[in-house]
Amino acid sequence: MIRYVLKRLLFMIPTILLTSLIIFFAMKIAGGDPVKQILPENATVEQQENLREEMGLNDPLVVQYARYMAGLITGDMGESYVTGKDVLQTFMERLPMTLALGGSALIVACIISVPLGIYTALNQNTWKDTTGMVFALFGVSMPNFWLGLMLMLLFAVKWKLLPSQGAEGPEYLVLPALTVGLGLAALITRTTRSAMLDVIRQDYMTTAKAKGASHRRVIYYHGLKNAMIPIVTAIGMQFSLVMTGSALAEVVFSWPGIGRLVFESIDKRDEPMVTGAIILCCILMSIINLVVDLIYAFLDPRIKAQYSNKG
Amino acid sequence: MSEKKTVSVETLNEYKGRSLAQETWRRFLKNKGAIVGMAFMILLVILACSGDLIYDFQVDITGFSADLSESPSLDHLFGTDQLGRDIFARVIYGTRYSLIIGVGSVALGLVVGLITGSLAGFYGGFWDQLVMRANDILYSIPNIMLAVVIVQLLGKSIGSLLVALSISSATSFAKITRAAVMTIRGQEYVESAYAMGLPTWKIILKHIIPNCLSPIIVQVTLAIGSNIISASSLSFLGVGVPIPIPEWGTMLAEGRTYIVSEPWMCIFPGLAIMFTVLALNLMGDGLRDALDPKLKR
Repeated sequence: MIRYVLKRLLFMIPTILLTSLIIFFAMKIAGGDPVKQILPENATVEQQENLREEMGLNDPLVVQYARYMAGLITGDMGESYVTGKDVLQTFMERLPMTLALGGSALIVACIISVPLGIYTALNQNTWKDTTGMVFALFGVSMPNFWLGLMLMLLFAVKWKLLPSQGAEGPEYLVLPALTVGLGLAALITRTTRSAMLDVIRQDYMTTAKAKGASHRRVIYYHGLKNAMIPIVTAIGMQFSLVMTGSALAEVVFSWPGIGRLVFESIDKRDEPMVTGAIILCCILMSIINLVVDLIYAFLDPRIKAQYSNKG
Repeated sequence: MSEKKTVSVETLNEYKGRSLAQETWRRFLKNKGAIVGMAFMILLVILACSGDLIYDFQVDITGFSADLSESPSLDHLFGTDQLGRDIFARVIYGTRYSLIIGVGSVALGLVVGLITGSLAGFYGGFWDQLVMRANDILYSIPNIMLAVVIVQLLGKSIGSLLVALSISSATSFAKITRAAVMTIRGQEYVESAYAMGLPTWKIILKHIIPNCLSPIIVQVTLAIGSNIISASSLSFLGVGVPIPIPEWGTMLAEGRTYIVSEPWMCIFPGLAIMFTVLALNLMGDGLRDALDPKLKR
């Protein structure tokens, strides 16, 4: 098991190197001339040249990349062209906001989707099932940011119940978390329903019933426990979506997280900020993916055994 | 448990004469949701093609008509915006962009995914490692960030948005194709094709790909829908289709500023996206049930 974790961690290194290589070169090619951005417009050619030399922009791209990666290891990812602040520090300041949004969205999604998925599966092919599934289908088909706009229109503009912009208190989290959470809930409901339907037909469910276990115990203890693996897989697979959804919700609701940081920096052509934030997002994703894989091992001893054998 | 059914010889003979495609089509037609979805898509394509006949591009799309910021009425079904542009006309024009980007990015991704996926599944070893590791790397970059990087690199245009979206579809097509090819590779009919001396590319093209088509067809319908959503999301964030073009996401980005005074600018383009994707999802679900009745519940 430990060997497996170590192996996965080692494998992350080439992945991160390659990802950052792609992103670094793409952004270098795409970004304009940073010197013109930093210096005032009336700067002389000599001043521009001096700054270019000082920033190492005259070196070949490969050298610049090596220097960037050396900085990355020591936690120095450069400074923003716009604010002059440290990139890593700015990212870390924004990270808790995104984690709070993503985390509460996941909680919202689970609270809605797991019971609804079980309920629709138990009432398969009745009007209750159909209604639930139609809702889920609409949820899957809706662009998440538009749902956010509509929630904002209803709760903030029309009924004036909740604030729509900013992050000055817990009530500011409600609308963005609902936006991301409802979108996720639709997806997870569908998975929960089909996982439960698979499980309900199993022999051990009949056995449990025959032994006289109560309906509740059969469903939640024997059924849900076994249906948990596909459900957790589905949730784990959605982390990329949580990130995308959060980025959009952050823009819609002016929530000061990482997503908004990236898009603001793109608008301001703040290249070190964009490059740094995207590379850090990828590292974060790799770590989350690893953690999700490890959670499976705890849920399912069969997967744990597989890891141990391979490791 | 299933009831015993007596099947007459006539019905059996009827079944015999049908090809797999005909059989699938019959099952597809029995699915009400799928039919509604298909009808909606056909209507949408007709509307997208005939937009020029109904509306004057100059007045309705680029603006400056007399009716500024009007709420929905019989004259302007979805209302007009602050420049007097008719929202309904813009939504209809937007259909083209969304459909072109959705279908185009999936087609591009499908070609790349089919080739890399079947290489990986058929040859295994080095090719498999190469394709799967590349997939792993792309998987670790959140889709939206990947698209942002590509659009930054290629410049803001419909073309670069198309390329950006096709990459994330390609990875899922590659995965599905690889899995399907790996199961089919070991079948007897592939071995016999080998024994008959067919070249490898012909075996892949004629024997393997047709047999792993069903999951791919389903994925195509669903991917078009999700790419339409992604395209509009990117446009909304300002890294997709540039602003005066009436793409649905771009319209929402413009409308967002006026959400208090002219909410219809935000409502209708979003509804258009939702119903289009809903129709595609209904078709996808219908196709899945029709292609593989075993899965149906």
